[in-house]
Amino acid sequence: MPITFRINGQAVSSDAPPQTPLLWIIREQVKLMGTKFGCGAGLCGACMVHIDDKRAFSCQTQLSEIAGRAVTTIEGLSHDSSHPVQKAWLAERVPQCGYCQSGQIMSAVDLLRQKPHPTRDEIVEHMSAHICRCGTYPRIVRAIERASQEG
Amino acid sequence: MTKHPIDMLSAAVSRRQVMTGAAGLTFAIALSRGDLAAAAVPAGEMQGKSLSPWVSIAPDGTISIMSPATEMGQGSMTSLPLIFAEELDADWSNVRVVPAPVIEKIYGNPGFGGMMYTAGSNAVTSYFKPLRTFGAQVRRVLLDSAARKWDVPVEELTTEPSVVVHGKSGRRLSYGEIAAFAEVPASAPEIKADELKKTSEFRLVSKDVMRVELPNKVNGSATYSIDIEVPGMIYGAVVRSPVEGGTPDKFDDVKVKAVPGVISTVRLPYGIGVLAETSWAAFAGKAAVEQTINWNRTGKAWGFDGDQGMEAFAADARNLSVPVTNDWFKQGDAEGELGKAATVIEGEYRCDYAYHAQMEPLNAIASVSPSGDAVEVWCGSQSPTMATDAPAKVLGIPREKVTLHYTLLGGGFGRRGHRDEEFIIDAVLLSKEAKRPVKMMWTREDDVHNGRLRPITAHYLRAGLDPSGKIVAWHQRLAGDRVTPYQDPVRYKIAGDKDFILMLGVELRSYDIANQYCGQIYRDSGVRTSSLRGIGYTANKFVTEAFLDEVALKRGIDPVQLRLELLKNTPRGRAVVARVAQMANWGTKPVDGHAFGFAFIDYSNSLLGGIAEISINRTNGQIKVHNFWCAMDCGIPVQPDNVVAQTESSIVYGLGMALTERISIKDGAVEQSNFYDYQVMRMRDLPQMHIEILATDNHPTGAGQMATPLVAPAINNAFAALTGKRLRETPMSPDRVKTALG
Repeated sequence: MPITFRINGQAVSSDAPPQTPLLWIIREQVKLMGTKFGCGAGLCGACMVHIDDKRAFSCQTQLSEIAGRAVTTIEGLSHDSSHPVQKAWLAERVPQCGYCQSGQIMSAVDLLRQKPHPTRDEIVEHMSAHICRCGTYPRIVRAIERASQEG
Repeated sequence: MTKHPIDMLSAAVSRRQVMTGAAGLTFAIALSRGDLAAAAVPAGEMQGKSLSPWVSIAPDGTISIMSPATEMGQGSMTSLPLIFAEELDADWSNVRVVPAPVIEKIYGNPGFGGMMYTAGSNAVTSYFKPLRTFGAQVRRVLLDSAARKWDVPVEELTTEPSVVVHGKSGRRLSYGEIAAFAEVPASAPEIKADELKKTSEFRLVSKDVMRVELPNKVNGSATYSIDIEVPGMIYGAVVRSPVEGGTPDKFDDVKVKAVPGVISTVRLPYGIGVLAETSWAAFAGKAAVEQTINWNRTGKAWGFDGDQGMEAFAADARNLSVPVTNDWFKQGDAEGELGKAATVIEGEYRCDYAYHAQMEPLNAIASVSPSGDAVEVWCGSQSPTMATDAPAKVLGIPREKVTLHYTLLGGGFGRRGHRDEEFIIDAVLLSKEAKRPVKMMWTREDDVHNGRLRPITAHYLRAGLDPSGKIVAWHQRLAGDRVTPYQDPVRYKIAGDKDFILMLGVELRSYDIANQYCGQIYRDSGVRTSSLRGIGYTANKFVTEAFLDEVALKRGIDPVQLRLELLKNTPRGRAVVARVAQMANWGTKPVDGHAFGFAFIDYSNSLLGGIAEISINRTNGQIKVHNFWCAMDCGIPVQPDNVVAQTESSIVYGLGMALTERISIKDGAVEQSNFYDYQVMRMRDLPQMHIEILATDNHPTGAGQMATPLVAPAINNAFAALTGKRLRETPMSPDRVKTALG
């Protein structure tokens, strides 16, 4: 039985093995490459997406768990990089290699949805689920603060 | 922190596939080096008229500039074309950046003997003068063409961004208009050094522009090799021998073949590959076969234990009867002066193995032709030259038969510049066997287990002081696991068998110490080693700056004062030391339970002063870094805000090296697996960082990793100030802190 769900508003049906991590469905079946493979163990956050508007490690979410649910990836955030968090990310020149940034942005959006005006400590706590090996952390903090003010 | 208004100018990065078919006029001539007719080849991918191998200009004013460096987050894809655009006097908003094709004689890095290789934070340093000259040559051609058209002396013409202006008549011609009729001379016009812009005339260099690839990095569209898909592609995973040189003996492929989606297994010289219809199936297949492989214990490192190795290295370093293998650095007569010194201080230090942990696990896509006589490769490598040569060597084909598409890198940090480019070879060999394109990916566990590591080193130092306390002799014996001959036998040979990746940074070039010696005690455990961000500097500056702090304590002199004395012939060094001391209010009493520690380093002619403010949790042994101040002089900061960003990045990387990151080796193999047992810095671990770039008019020097080696000694010295005890190993992990505190 194929499993059906939605990604960025589009219906998707997959007959991949039900234990397949959502990450690989997104990348290899739906061909959305913005969501990255980093550790495969829910430790780095490069694969972060939203499931029903809450952040989730797509490498730790099995296909069988998302039947009937709505998934949002970085590509679904806006068509033109106009989401306030994306704009703030550019304004603060956050990315370096950029590989982890889709996941970072998805987590930041999730945080601001829960808490439109997070404290610095709340930002640090929420975002410490992620690893950025380029060490862009100070700029991520600034970008979230900017998005919170301007968003 | 220095803040600069950023200009949201919109130079666009173009993908080469997008460029195909977009070319206008195609006559090309090598402006910069007369013999380079090959320049016509890349020009075909450019838009408009090619005026040199580096640039073409379209009638609508679009200027395409080649980017000769790979982009791994350091910003060279912007800064190098920007340098060219500066002297061309181009309107940056109409510039497109095109990755240069693999033609070393045009695009090779002068800092690496003409290889296309981005490493050592030297792209801006090495390309700065040539790119300025090339840009100025093209501007001159445009001026000469306009002068002929208007029949006026060229001396009467000036340029504004992308426009030639005749002031007397008020006439103007855009670069796009001129390109339509420009005649390119047979040989490049000569540009004298004094014809280049003065730094005060720069419009682009040392002003911030938006990095060209950044917009694609906030919407998921930036393409790394892991994102490439080619028609007919399947997926591959590889189990490599846990120890370099090991070969697979027997393995059981019953379980792996039962995994849905697995196509076949492939025996490789150094491991077992799995081919599958999806990545997930390939990984599941790999897991199924991994435990069944019986390894032949060929190769050197089997049986090697890292902890025991470290003990042996340390014993060799301090045992003066163990001969030094080679003299790395010798100035004056350190040994003789030690014998005459009033006081001799000695110290021992150690540094552990560490792992790069770039966020994109290594991967590549290869498509070997059915007859095996050609290959197309997609990968993220720091060296397009090595990434072209390595597949050619393995397949036994001419390098012209290798078509390389290099992409953005999801982090480099020195990991992707090994001569054998082994992760690319994994893809090549799998594709050769499959006879179709294969995307080969390592899992994070593979990336750790196959890690090529910052090596272990053990250091024994002695300093000789005269009766006044002046340092008259500095002597170091360093026993370390070799790096350069393993990582890059070619460059090792060229360097005259010098292990520079391991040894750089032990010499004290800026300090006034007349008699210095550092010898290498060459050791080869067989463990895979690598240039890791900061290379030898990270270990070696930790050691020398911590030991210098011991000297200061012994003399009862302020550590900053000692550095200012030693830097008497290095005014730029004194300036960064004085500035960082001022930034941190050095000399004022810290908060109760806190302490400051200071370090100075010179690294590839960039100069840095750093101060850490720390406290210690004596229950769990954790060092908390509250603040880190850094002042750096790297000459002209080509992109000032990016220099700050790279320095933030280097400090974060240095914190990991200093505090938590450690790989241990048992029976020759890496013991760690993923980010649960290899702890890198997260946001919650960071201090407040305070960075100031002291812009000077000097030739730009490295900026991509300079602060990494600054961190550990500053923390170490703060620890000594706080506790009176000296930590003698990195990382300064909680267990070691607790041991030191008793």
